[in-house]
Amino acid sequence: MALLSKKDTSLILDPLADNNPITIQVLGICSALAITAELKASIVMALSVMFVLGMGNVVISLMRNIIPSKIRIIVQLVVVAALVIMVDQVLKAFAYELSKTLSVFVGLIITNCIIMGRFEAFALANGPWRSFLDGIGNSAGYGLILIIIGFFRELLGSGTLLGFKVLGDPIEKTGLYAIGYENNGFMLLSPMALIVVGLIIWVQRSRNKALIEEN
Amino acid sequence: MAVNTDKNSYTVIFAAVMVVIVGSLLAFFASSLSEKIQENERLEKQQNILYAMGVNENEDEGSVNFVSTDKVAGEFEKYITEQLVIEGDKITKDDNAYLIDLKKQETEAKAGKTRKLPLFIGEKDGSKYYIIPMRGKGLWDAIWGFVALDNNLVVKGVYFDHKGETPGLGANIKQRYFMDDFTGESILNGTEYAGIAVAKGNNDPTNEIKDDNEVDALAGATITGNGLSAMIKESVNLYKSYLESIRVKN
Repeated sequence: MALLSKKDTSLILDPLADNNPITIQVLGICSALAITAELKASIVMALSVMFVLGMGNVVISLMRNIIPSKIRIIVQLVVVAALVIMVDQVLKAFAYELSKTLSVFVGLIITNCIIMGRFEAFALANGPWRSFLDGIGNSAGYGLILIIIGFFRELLGSGTLLGFKVLGDPIEKTGLYAIGYENNGFMLLSPMALIVVGLIIWVQRSRNKALIEEN
Repeated sequence: MAVNTDKNSYTVIFAAVMVVIVGSLLAFFASSLSEKIQENERLEKQQNILYAMGVNENEDEGSVNFVSTDKVAGEFEKYITEQLVIEGDKITKDDNAYLIDLKKQETEAKAGKTRKLPLFIGEKDGSKYYIIPMRGKGLWDAIWGFVALDNNLVVKGVYFDHKGETPGLGANIKQRYFMDDFTGESILNGTEYAGIAVAKGNNDPTNEIKDDNEVDALAGATITGNGLSAMIKESVNLYKSYLESIRVKN
C-alpha cells in the first residue's frame, strides 16, 4: 500500500495551486503583506506556520468528537496559542538567535486566518493523518506565495536576496547600479505586496480559466 | 457511550479541564526553561555591550557578528573595567549594573523615584569607552541600544535592537550599514546635548559629514527612525551631568 493514497496526495497538492489559501481562498493576506519585505522573513514565517498548522490540525482532529460546538472557536484559539507559546519558549531556550528572528511572527501566527480556517473547515471533520496532510498542504501553499512575494520585493526593493547583494552595491555603484539602475523603494511598502498578490492571482487565473468566478 | 456535547454542564467542564491542562503545560514549560532563557538573555546583553565598543567578530562588510556565547563572559570581564550606577548625584560601582532593567527604572522614575542609570566603562587598546544603555519606542514595540562614547563625546560604536519592528524596514536598525553610520558622529552640538538624529533629507546618504548630528534614515521606516532619534537624545540628556564630568573641554 502506498503511503499516500490519491486523495491524500491531492490534500497536499491542491492548496499549492488550484486551491491556494492566499490566491484562491484569499486567507492569510494580512501576514502576506506584513512580513514579505525580506525573503528570509518569508521563509521563516512559512516554516513556522507549517509547524503550527500541521500540529494544530492533528490536535484539533484528535479532539474533534469531544469539543463542545458552542465553544469550538475558543478551543481552537487556545490550541494555536498554546502551541505557539511552547514553540517560542523552546526556541528561546535552545535556539536563541532564531527565536529573535521569529519573535515578530508569533503574534501573527496566532491571528493567521488560514489556521483557524483549516481547523474549522477540515480538522473538525477529518481524522488526524488526513488533517496533518491538509495542514502541511495548506501551509505549503501559503508559504509558496509568501516566498514568491518575498523574492520579488526584496530583489526589486533592496537589490538583495537573503541579504546578499545580488545586483551590485547601490552606494559604490557596482554591478547593475553602474549603468543607472535604481532600487524601487515602493516595493518595500505593504501596498506593493498586495499588487504582487494581485499579479499572481491574475497569472494563475489566466492560465486556468476554471478558476474564474462567474458573475 | 456517547456524550452529549451540547449540554451546558459538559461545555463548562470541558472548558475548565482544558484551561487546567493547557495552563499547567505552559507553566511547566515556562518554569523549566526560564533559567536557560535568562542565561541566554544575560549573555546577549554582554554581547551587545561589547559589540558597541567594537569587540566583536565582524569580518566582512555585511553582517553583525557578536563574540561567541562561550567566550563572551570572559571577554566581558576583560574589556569592561567598571560598571557604574548613577542615582541622582550618587555614583556607585556595581558589577551587575548591566542587569538593571531599564524599563523598570523608567516606571520608577515616573512614580517619582530617582532612577538608577547604569553605565559601563570599557577599555580597549588604551582608549576608554563610555557605554550608555538606552531604551525607547519604535513603531510597533520597544527599541533599545547601547552607544559607546569617548571622552570627546564622539560615538565610537553603537548597537541597536528592537522587539518587533517591520522586517526589511524598521528592523534594519540592527543592520551593519545603519549602525556603522553613527561612528564618528558627536552627540554634542556646540555645548547642547543634541544626540544624533536619523534624518530623511540630509543630502548626505554616504554619511561623510560627521559634525551634523545626523545620519541617513532608512527608507520606509520613518517612525522607527524618529523613535531612535528621540531615544538617543533623551538618554544622553539623562546622563548629562556624568558626561559633563568626563568630557574633555577645550
